[in-house]
Amino acid sequence: MLYGTLYGMTYTIEARGLVKRYGDRAALDGFDLTVPRGTVHGLLGPNGAGKTTAVRVLTTLLRADAGSARVAGFDVARDGGEVRRHIGLVGQHAALDEALSGRANLEMFGRLSHLRPKAAGRRAGELLDRFGLADTGRKAVKHYSGGMRRRLDLAAGLILSPPVLFLDEPTTGLDPRGRAEVWAAVRALVADGTTVLLTTQYLEEADQLAHRISVVHEGRPVAEGTPEELKKTVGGDRVEIVVHDPADLPAVAALLGPGAETDHDTRRVSAPAPDRMATLTAVVHDLAAGGIAADDVAIRRPTLDEVFLHLTRSAAPRSHA
Amino acid sequence: MNRLTWALADGWTVTRREVTHWTANPGQLVAGLLFPVMVLLLFAYLLGGGIEVPGGDYREFLLPGMFAMTMIFGLEGTFTAISTDVTKGVTDRFRSLPMASSAVVSGRAAADMLTTVLALAVLLASGLAVGWRAHNGLGGALAAVGLLLWLRFALLWMGIWLGLKIRNPEAVMALQILVWPIAFLSNAITSPATMPGWLGVIADWNPLSSTAAATRELFGNPGWANDTWAAAHALELSLAWPLVITAIFAPLSVRAYRNLSR
Ligand SMILES: Nc1ncnc2c1ncn2[C@@H]1O[C@H](COP(=O)(O)OP(=O)(O)O)[C@@H](O)[C@H]1O
Ligand SMILES: [Mg+2]
Repeated sequence: MLYGTLYGMTYTIEARGLVKRYGDRAALDGFDLTVPRGTVHGLLGPNGAGKTTAVRVLTTLLRADAGSARVAGFDVARDGGEVRRHIGLVGQHAALDEALSGRANLEMFGRLSHLRPKAAGRRAGELLDRFGLADTGRKAVKHYSGGMRRRLDLAAGLILSPPVLFLDEPTTGLDPRGRAEVWAAVRALVADGTTVLLTTQYLEEADQLAHRISVVHEGRPVAEGTPEELKKTVGGDRVEIVVHDPADLPAVAALLGPGAETDHDTRRVSAPAPDRMATLTAVVHDLAAGGIAADDVAIRRPTLDEVFLHLTRSAAPRSHA
Repeated sequence: MNRLTWALADGWTVTRREVTHWTANPGQLVAGLLFPVMVLLLFAYLLGGGIEVPGGDYREFLLPGMFAMTMIFGLEGTFTAISTDVTKGVTDRFRSLPMASSAVVSGRAAADMLTTVLALAVLLASGLAVGWRAHNGLGGALAAVGLLLWLRFALLWMGIWLGLKIRNPEAVMALQILVWPIAFLSNAITSPATMPGWLGVIADWNPLSSTAAATRELFGNPGWANDTWAAAHALELSLAWPLVITAIFAPLSVRAYRNLSR
């Protein structure tokens, strides 16, 4: 059987207590991860959190100092060759031969993935078509735009149609259009059943693409869950009212009850809205009854930004062993 | 296919990449090949008139020096190719593929030896055009070419090691500049006897000098007086130096490559 199991569930990626030290700094400090087959898992964290290091260990490029990991059922330390046969890696920077054409790059990587010459040529053609690079396939990569490079890089990671794909910050440095292109490509892959581990600094990206997210802080995940679950950790939905006249702020706060928070600068009062629409209706009614003019009334879900700040602020300071 | 055939096939794929570079960018290849020819013409016509060679014509003497110098200049090509791949992440992509890991190095080695053979062929032809001749027949000439390639092979390992170790652009620049004094601090262009004492000693023991002097012997071209031990044993040293360089830098390169995963 190809895939490892844990607690009876099928996981394609399992990492246990990974540690990687550089000098007295730990880039990974007890890193755990489980990713079920066919899902997209996001590693979300700021620069220096350890995302790339985790990806490098899982793709056999880097040996961990401690801990263990299995990818597609193979141990990354003992069975690196098998792991490499089952993964695709798209690193943080486009790893392409600038002097070669897009097609020549894909053919070379295809040959090195041990496809026969004909098969490598065919696969290069398919991938160029699929990523909208068919017209520019014969041009040298150094003439490509950032978005084209990223797509070609993604294509290079998919030559063997790998069951597990690692994407390290696939859209960093791209304009919104390039980002949308990459997102569409990732969604199409997931539809094909590929398991994807994606790292990103963008909360929106994790929210858009990932089934589950690990928030990584100083070398280890500090929270894990679906985007919705993570948003719940900073509290549920809130109702927000922006009053027209700041003098009305205390009255609105009183009206909303004990959980209300007032922000004078933005003339805003917010409070938990456990019953969502019912709460909203009641609030609108009360405002009208009290003769209070509001510029805006809305139900707002916490953003991942808030989750992120909440988690990284409250994460316990680490001791350096 | 078994492991060995895959290792060869993968190595060949990496080598072919270099050949594709040539066809994709012929201007760069031509410039690379013409550079030593330009240096040759510079010395043969501009400076050569002022240098007296005992018992011969300066060009007869100069060409073997130029051949050997071209081997040294090749170091930069190896170094640049390796370090570009490492910094661009291409090496990491290779390492994430199910290819034979030896191919990254063996493919590079074969590509650079191919480039060297090409450069040497162009320079030999240019030499013949300016009046240089090989006087000891085909056997002697082939042996001389073999010695030159032997030096280049050794420097290949040095280039691979440096490329894996040195990443920052300033160090790259420093290395590109440093190749020049190493090349000129030799008997390639002029006699070490004309240099101030300690510089002369360094030039005398420079591996490049041994190869140049041995090559002169094998081609039957005039050389400097063999009045030092190193000069008198040029042939032995031209075999020994590359061996020493390889013995040091091949294991270092393998280790540096393995350490990419640390
Ligand atoms: N080769 C290395 N040598 C020294 N420190 C490193 C090395 N690679 C990563 N680090 C350090 O490890 C930490 C995590 O880095 P990284 O995994 O690249 O983070 P991220 O990808 O989340 O930005 C950073 O503090 C970084 O400086
Ligand atoms: Mg990173």
